Amino acid sequence: MAGPVESFFSFAPLAAVLISLLAAVLISLSSRRPNLRETWTIVAALCKFAVVGSMVPTVLAGLYPEINLFDIAPGISLALKADPLGLSFALSASLLWIFTSFYSIGYMRALKEHDQTRYFASFALCLSATMGIAFAANLMTFFIFYEVLTISTYPLVIHKESPAAISAGRKYLAFLLSGGVALLLAVGLTQRVAGTLNFTPGGFLSVSMGQAELLTLFVLFLVGVGAKSGLMPLHSWLPTAMIAPTPVSALLHAVAVVKAGVFGFARVMGFVFGPQLAGEIGATTLTAVIAGATIVIASLLAMAQDNLKRRLAYSTVGHLSYIILGTVLLAPAGWLGGLFHVTTHAAMKITLFFCAGAIYVKTGRENVSELDGIGRQMPITMAAFTIGALGLAGLPPVGGFLSKWFLAQGTVETGQPILLAVLLLSGLLNAGYLFPIVIRAFFKSSKDFTKFDEAPPLMVIPLLFTAAFSLLLGIYPDGIFHFYSLSSEAVASVLKGVVP
Amino acid sequence: MNHLPVLIPVTLLFSAFLIPLAGFFKRDLAFAIALIGAFLSFVFSASGLWVVTSRGDLRYHLGGWAPPIGIEYVLDALSAFMTTVVTLVGSLVLLYSRRSILQEVPERFVPMYALAMLLLAGLSGIIVTADLFNLFVFLEIASLSAYALMAVGDERGPVASFRYLILGSIAGSFYVLGVGFLYFSTGSLNMADVAQRLPDLYQSRAVAAAAIFIFIALGLKMALFPLHLWLPDVYTYAPSAITGLIAPIMTKVAAYAVIRMFLTVFQPHYLRDILPVTSVIAWLGAAGILYGSIMAIAQSDFRRMLAYSSVSQIGYIGLGIGLANPLGLIGALLHILNHAFMKACLFLVAGSIRFRTGRWEVSSFAGLGRKMPWTMAAFTVAALSMVGIPPAAGFFSKWYLLLGGIDRGNWFFVATILLSSLLTAVYFFRVLEQVYAVHSREPSTPVIPSDPPASMLLPTVILGVGVLVLGLLNSVIVSRILEPVAAALK
Repeated sequence: MAGPVESFFSFAPLAAVLISLLAAVLISLSSRRPNLRETWTIVAALCKFAVVGSMVPTVLAGLYPEINLFDIAPGISLALKADPLGLSFALSASLLWIFTSFYSIGYMRALKEHDQTRYFASFALCLSATMGIAFAANLMTFFIFYEVLTISTYPLVIHKESPAAISAGRKYLAFLLSGGVALLLAVGLTQRVAGTLNFTPGGFLSVSMGQAELLTLFVLFLVGVGAKSGLMPLHSWLPTAMIAPTPVSALLHAVAVVKAGVFGFARVMGFVFGPQLAGEIGATTLTAVIAGATIVIASLLAMAQDNLKRRLAYSTVGHLSYIILGTVLLAPAGWLGGLFHVTTHAAMKITLFFCAGAIYVKTGRENVSELDGIGRQMPITMAAFTIGALGLAGLPPVGGFLSKWFLAQGTVETGQPILLAVLLLSGLLNAGYLFPIVIRAFFKSSKDFTKFDEAPPLMVIPLLFTAAFSLLLGIYPDGIFHFYSLSSEAVASVLKGVVP
Repeated sequence: MNHLPVLIPVTLLFSAFLIPLAGFFKRDLAFAIALIGAFLSFVFSASGLWVVTSRGDLRYHLGGWAPPIGIEYVLDALSAFMTTVVTLVGSLVLLYSRRSILQEVPERFVPMYALAMLLLAGLSGIIVTADLFNLFVFLEIASLSAYALMAVGDERGPVASFRYLILGSIAGSFYVLGVGFLYFSTGSLNMADVAQRLPDLYQSRAVAAAAIFIFIALGLKMALFPLHLWLPDVYTYAPSAITGLIAPIMTKVAAYAVIRMFLTVFQPHYLRDILPVTSVIAWLGAAGILYGSIMAIAQSDFRRMLAYSSVSQIGYIGLGIGLANPLGLIGALLHILNHAFMKACLFLVAGSIRFRTGRWEVSSFAGLGRKMPWTMAAFTVAALSMVGIPPAAGFFSKWYLLLGGIDRGNWFFVATILLSSLLTAVYFFRVLEQVYAVHSREPSTPVIPSDPPASMLLPTVILGVGVLVLGLLNSVIVSRILEPVAAALK
């Protein structure tokens, strides 16, 4: 545990945001030279990760880089601050952006997709917004980047430009802009009742504001961030949005966008309300019920999907609620499991989506029922898929085991047998909808897949890396990037003095 | 320095008279004079704004006669802010207008500029004058030139403009009647003087009638629901550049006059607590927000959609004024500025599309995103700002309005402000879809549209960038200019 926490002025959080914003501009300007354009993406991804990674040692030492830009409204500044919670989210998003960049290039070129410039520019913009969300030091800054993320993802959702894609885009906007409106009202109310919007570890609202008012405010926040994080019944845009190109589904609909939602929830829970106050007003119970229901229902729905990406989407809906569930357990282990799951689920789910994309590029197949014997043709891809599937089901030694273990420990510590049962049941359900794919791939034979014929290396290598990363998180959780320490630091800052 | 208040309208008026003479010799001279005149008055307004915010109000006595006998022109933070908005947006639209007018109504080139300058002179006069009757004179100058400008255009223009003329004249009569009542009651026409004498007469029915008449008149000029009936047609059928000039600023100047009456002439206390005019304005504003948004969704003509969207945005301004608290007023004033930029940008985009393709139905916009990339980029920024996506300017005016609504404790208003963002998203994303995601099904025309010439593109892009800059800098504007103005409501 580090000593006293201090913050110091640094351009690093701002640079993390601006790098990909600049990249988006450069990408737009080099639309006629694809190789140069893709170079910008790669360079930006590497630089961004370097900048974000460079903050890890100082943050772990208790020194938080911070920058106050200017007042965005009287008394509210546009401010960025890298605390452990934000940094761990930014680190996993920027690390996975590197893999996704290579993968995207392979995917888009293999399919000879149209409008690649718009695609890569929007992607870079999304990452900018994600960094802004991660490092936002107050609710206003958070909200601004949150809305920018909603909008910059839209061109990616409708990328196919087919009627189905356009209607998916409408659905996406309908849910996320409505969520944004609820969040805006929540931010406005917070500003008026509390007079401040600055995130404070342990929360800045107090029970003197009235229990009913606080619960209403909480529900507004829950709807606002719940729309992005696929909390039922606000989840239905997510499976529909799977019409987007697979790298989009992989990075945005498994890592950046939806994680921005759950990250927002963790911020609200830990830095606006504070776990203790949320518990007192009954908000934690309410959320636990919704999240628990979401986990079970989403897992059941996933089983019924034949389209592979839709199955993964429902699985994402379920796993996001793991994280939400973790943060409403008033126990360090629950928080730790939830926050660690942000990273582990990202690594595992991105692997699965990468595999789905590789299969689609190579064979054009999207449905689980058509994948009999695919392991013979694409053994490397399916091996990576197996690792991801094992992890999501919560089996060691993949990272998913650890986060689920901590979550389970949290439910035990707080004496919540029902939630423990939900977790265990959903582990089985996860296995139920993912393992059949692995079994079909390796143990059934088919005439179509006989020869070894993998997807292009630009796609296979990134998915091997993410699979390896999922394993690494399970075997050596602190790894080279200190994900585990960052999560536990974040937990310590939120629960300081709340739980013994 | 002390001449600044009068220099703003006089420069514009002088160039309006110079234009026919110069245009007689060379047509483009008319355009040059208009542009220089508008830009000069912008410089005067901006320096006036600077002086006023740092050193205090500027007062000018016309002909050296001291008020209340003589006419007084005043630049305070509010009026300097307004003239700056009007002349800045006016200059940008004038810069844009040349090619557009040459294409649409070439035979009326010179008179168009003379009238446009007369319009701007009238609008800036309404803003700087501190005399109730002088305001009427300028109101008529602005209105008459607007009727003439809007009647040119396509064949339905004259009918639309005639309807506006009828309603506008009714508004004018109401205003004069109202001012007459005030004059009989107080014996003065100077705003400050009237304001000083009114508190003793708060129980007078004549004063109440005066207030009601004046607000009906200004509400009609402002196109506050349900007095907006003239607006959609004239915005739709006037020449593109003229709509671009009139739509962003004219209704806003009427809104300014409402604020001036509210803050300076009748004191807030009277309109808030004794005669509940502000409540009526707030409810009408809220109704206008919803009505305008829903009607905009139903339109297939792009210009008409923008016109109904104006009705809705005017509703925001009305609601902000009607909230009658500092944050609401800040929201209304900021929205006057933001909406002027956004709407100017949007109407200029509409004009550019018409310039290149001759079309204005949204369904014919398919694929324009690739063909007119810069124009459509500006459109996207302005549209997102209308929806209220941060950090574009439109978000921040809604933010202050939202806080004002919360302070007022009226949850219907709060819900209206928020819900209308979603309705706005419906009609703008429908256009964005068409522009970017739908492929043109029509056989390729011989002319492939592209971005318009630089003289049209530049103002459009400046306005688009301006929307972002205003959003990021709103705090400076609010704390330096608008907060002192709104402090009167504390």
